[in-house]
Amino acid sequence: MNNPIVLNAFRFVLLLLAQVLIFNGLNFMGTINPMVYVIFLYWYPIKENRAVFLLVAFLLGLLIDIFSDSLALHTLAILTAAFARPFIMRFCFGVNYEFQNFTFKNTTKIQRITYLALLIVLHHTIFFCFEILSFSHILLILKKILSTSLLTIFLCTLFSSLFSPKSE
Amino acid sequence: MQRIINFILNNRNTFLYALLSFIALLLTVRSHSYHQSKFFNSSRWVSGKIYGTAANISGYFSLKEENQKLADENQRLRKLLFNAQTGEEQVLDSSLLPFQVAQAKVIKNSFSAPRNYLTINKGDNDGVTQDMGVITSKGILGIVENISGQFATVQSILNTKSSINAKIKNTDYFGSLEWDASDHTVVQLVDIPRLVPLVVGDTIVTGAMSSIFPENIPIGTIKRYDLNASKSYYNIDVALFNDMANVRWVYLVQNHNKAEIDQLEAQTEDE
Repeated sequence: MNNPIVLNAFRFVLLLLAQVLIFNGLNFMGTINPMVYVIFLYWYPIKENRAVFLLVAFLLGLLIDIFSDSLALHTLAILTAAFARPFIMRFCFGVNYEFQNFTFKNTTKIQRITYLALLIVLHHTIFFCFEILSFSHILLILKKILSTSLLTIFLCTLFSSLFSPKSE
Repeated sequence: MQRIINFILNNRNTFLYALLSFIALLLTVRSHSYHQSKFFNSSRWVSGKIYGTAANISGYFSLKEENQKLADENQRLRKLLFNAQTGEEQVLDSSLLPFQVAQAKVIKNSFSAPRNYLTINKGDNDGVTQDMGVITSKGILGIVENISGQFATVQSILNTKSSINAKIKNTDYFGSLEWDASDHTVVQLVDIPRLVPLVVGDTIVTGAMSSIFPENIPIGTIKRYDLNASKSYYNIDVALFNDMANVRWVYLVQNHNKAEIDQLEAQTEDE
């Protein structure tokens, strides 16, 4: 499990299955289905090749779309979140994340949660805007973004503290 | 030239992002004009198998309720059978009857998105064709959309693209059944003229204008109604009989006359 490729492939499959088999059918309070697979972006190593990262995110989104019959909405949302990850990291951790010796251990809990929350809110905003694609439903869109984001952030925070890798 | 190449190399990730999101947008927009993505949907083999396995396991947890539903339906059918009028006009050869019924199991359900699709465990190999009607013992569910060998996807009535002919029970006033994506227990019936007397609680059933569903399949009851913007038609909220969050066994209805009806109608429109 120390090989980062094996570890990430394992996470990829597990998150995909967890999303489509458990969380897509969760329907918390009637209709809220959290999209916890966004945590893949949070866990993905920072210093990897960005092009590979974008391609992996694209593939994850596409597979989830095939399972959920949702056109290519997940793909678009997670791709954009993956592309924006460096900007969000610079915003949350300051310039020092670009140094070689940067690890999550040196950051505060608040910084990490902000980073995770920004990724999720960006992903959900794009997802629901393109899903409904109509200005007359702006209230419905906002309601969905807010409720789903809150639940996703809650679950992802739980997961990140449950499965936090000790080596990082 | 050197500068252009350098510029592209320096911004290669941005270009990659633009290319990939272009592909994603293309898939989304192209399938907006179709009913559903033709290639990327859950009737595909791998996703169908995985959903099938999961449904097999979770199916055990609802066996009790399913048995109760079956018993209720048997009771209703027996009542119909004992009261049925047997006469000379009874057709003995079942292949001459206009409607054929088959059963299938839902292996994937969704009801919270604006465009909802279900996946069922019957496909091309079992004789499922596009545009077959899908109903449950309580009411209508949707229309078959894409088919693979062993699976099919069903466009739910909880889909903003869905439009189904429906009428008020025991009258011939008909309108079309749509969904505004806000509540999964309520659908909207539009285009019922203003002169029709309505009462909250009236039953809505499928109409005779559709070649997909037989007439008089229950849909729901009127929850509330008001006039639309032009003040000449009603907008009716219909509370569904079906609990869309909890469906497992469904019936597929095929109208043998559908091809003939569709062909005739297309011919008439062309002229």
